[in-house]
Amino acid sequence: MGDIDNKPGRLRLAPENFLTEEQVRAVGAGRRSFLRKSFLAAGAALAAPIAARAADGDPAILELPEWTTSLGQPVAVRPYGTPSKYESQLLRRESPGLTRVGGASVSFCPLQGLFGIITPSGLHFERHHQGWHDIDPARHRLMINGSDPAFLKKPKVYTMDELMRLPSVSRIHFIECGANTGLEWGNVAVPTVQYTHGMLSCSEFTGVPLKLLLEDCGVDYRKARYVLAEGADGSSMTRTIPMEMVENGEVFVAYGMNGEMLRPENGYPLRLVVPGVQGVSWVKWLRRIEVGDQPYATKDEAVHYIDLQPNGLHRQYTSIQECKSVITTPSGGQTLLDKGFYNVSGIAWSGRGRIKQVDVSFDGGINWQTARLEGPVQNKALTRFNIGWVWDGKPAILQSRAIDETGYVQPTYGQLRKVRGTKSIYHNNAIQSWKVVESGEVTNVQVL
Amino acid sequence: MSRFSKSILVLALAGASTAGFAFDKYQGIGRQATTAEVAAWDIDVRPDFKGLPKGSGNVERGQELFEEKCASCHGSFGESNEVFTPLIGGTTAEDIKNGRVGGFVKGDIPQRTTFTKVATISTVFDYIQRAMPWTAPKSLKPDDVYAILAYFLNLAEIVPGDFTLSDRNIADVQKLMPNRNGMTTDHGMWPGAPAKKGGIGNGGKPDVKNVACMKNCKAEVQIASTLPEYARTAHGELADQNRSFGPVRGTRTLGPEAAKKAANATTLELATKNGCMACHGVAGKIVGPGYNEVVARYKDQADAEGKLVAKVKNGGQGAWGSVPMPPNGHLPDEDIKTLVRWILSGAK
Repeated sequence: MGDIDNKPGRLRLAPENFLTEEQVRAVGAGRRSFLRKSFLAAGAALAAPIAARAADGDPAILELPEWTTSLGQPVAVRPYGTPSKYESQLLRRESPGLTRVGGASVSFCPLQGLFGIITPSGLHFERHHQGWHDIDPARHRLMINGSDPAFLKKPKVYTMDELMRLPSVSRIHFIECGANTGLEWGNVAVPTVQYTHGMLSCSEFTGVPLKLLLEDCGVDYRKARYVLAEGADGSSMTRTIPMEMVENGEVFVAYGMNGEMLRPENGYPLRLVVPGVQGVSWVKWLRRIEVGDQPYATKDEAVHYIDLQPNGLHRQYTSIQECKSVITTPSGGQTLLDKGFYNVSGIAWSGRGRIKQVDVSFDGGINWQTARLEGPVQNKALTRFNIGWVWDGKPAILQSRAIDETGYVQPTYGQLRKVRGTKSIYHNNAIQSWKVVESGEVTNVQVL
Repeated sequence: MSRFSKSILVLALAGASTAGFAFDKYQGIGRQATTAEVAAWDIDVRPDFKGLPKGSGNVERGQELFEEKCASCHGSFGESNEVFTPLIGGTTAEDIKNGRVGGFVKGDIPQRTTFTKVATISTVFDYIQRAMPWTAPKSLKPDDVYAILAYFLNLAEIVPGDFTLSDRNIADVQKLMPNRNGMTTDHGMWPGAPAKKGGIGNGGKPDVKNVACMKNCKAEVQIASTLPEYARTAHGELADQNRSFGPVRGTRTLGPEAAKKAANATTLELATKNGCMACHGVAGKIVGPGYNEVVARYKDQADAEGKLVAKVKNGGQGAWGSVPMPPNGHLPDEDIKTLVRWILSGAK
């Protein structure tokens, strides 16, 4: 590499345009010596015309493309817009062998190709416990009641019409499954950031603070210290939420996501938003809220979503997603095009508040540099970080380490395992390492 | 002050416990739930058995019900690991005595089953009642749930074979759960009040402490684990899971031959998932014709693909005998085309 004329956008065609498909694959596989030869071969094969054009400049500039010399499409050809036909590769994907039933499974968000902090709604990760439905909003109801009549003056029922008349809030928050990165507790298991960290998304949600609804029903905060949230799907998923998070105004019932209604896979027409807390508590297709005086030990807080510790005890009601970060570009399963400058980019988040700082290491954690945070940095939301890097073609190990506003520093695998062992399944927030080798290939490794 | 806010003041004063906030403030929004409505939806059962419906069921009845409604996923004895993780197994008489599952204490448990983990039988009652069976949730009567639970408890050797579980003895049974003392809430990941203030966590104190060292933080980099070769290719062609331009490319993990094979494997999954493989063999008849027979008959016909797509979509009878092929109109056209092309290309 290094020959400036051989690069896309230089005075040659891009590799994809003049290498055979097989040769392009060889580039992707990191076979650089092969690549050098094939440039020569391809140049020879295409002979005179390319050389002649190259003398004048880039054919992508000199030969006006059809989009510059013809009439384009009219408005509203796609009344609901869709991505470019060239953007067919970043999709929600399942991890083979992780689950055996699609209705109780996960699809991972393609973090490796996303920008900024907002997840496109169509790429938001999915986790369903008994399949998803497209619920008729006209027949959807939210009921609020108490486990004891004394906890609430008046149990109430709200329609969607009514909920959408109430004062609303719009807030950007991340949602992360408690089992995100759970495949990696013991060892490296999956190749890309989509599968290591893709049970993570971030959206602007719009809805009504649960506090407002509970007070509208006349809740007695002194007696009712726990909230049960329940879904309208077949599983009628339930989780216990602490009343403190409702009282401080953070928890809300959301109908909006990124400017439109929630997608069916994400709980249309109503879901709970519990900022900073693992996704399972953000009950989808929300049909009922019960206030009570003790936690409920539901299936997803007594059989699943419990964290096995080395002493044989399971931690129950683990909810907060602790401070975490990951570099998304470059990341596992990608290959760098060449030596030279790269904008290393990633995301950081904390269930305890705002991100204060993100440091990046290129030598496996011996030395660190502070990355740039893209603002505004928001409470319990993804924060994008960027840092410049000149790759010299030598092996490197890239890591990111986030610090939140409480001062908590994202731990290493060694630190985390020392306390929690390797069988916890849930709440793995260790520093992620990506190893770069001479070919430019990036792979997933774990550094203690 | 408007009349509206005066009425709020009156209400607020009337209810001392809710004084200072907005009870019934939003006129015309929400209405009181009826008793029947609350009863229809309020089905949760807590660890103290609040919400538990009256009823009973014995082990024998539970076994019948389980075989009929549950065994296809969970296996006849709740031991199956085929569809879901096992329900029963991994607990001992000693565990029932101690309330701690020895396999967790010693760290040598081969498989975590529901009964190795769950501390509260209320959880299992609640979940079966609200979510089971898988394809017909909420179709079980309380007596059915008691019976199935009695069968579980017998399989786990917690109760004898002639046991009848009911709302009157379930709290006693909970005191025998093998992992009843196996839970802790002494951690920093509960965002509510700590145990010392009537809550359940430690008040949010983290268990791990890293420091933000910046220079020469360690002498060497210790790599504990790298990506195994099988895991590099287990997620398919990574080149196709990244944008085709930009600073990086997805790494080509499979190559053209393997990528083609993977695409066919996906089609086989599609065929399996949609039940095609239950009646058709790749190389021979099962109930319907083998794909090799289909290819032999159709390969020289004009628009074989179009004809077969129509057959799959609309079903048919007579071409291959009297057993009808059911219509598959619920499948997307694209999937049907993919399946037909795959069949015509030899289903490999």
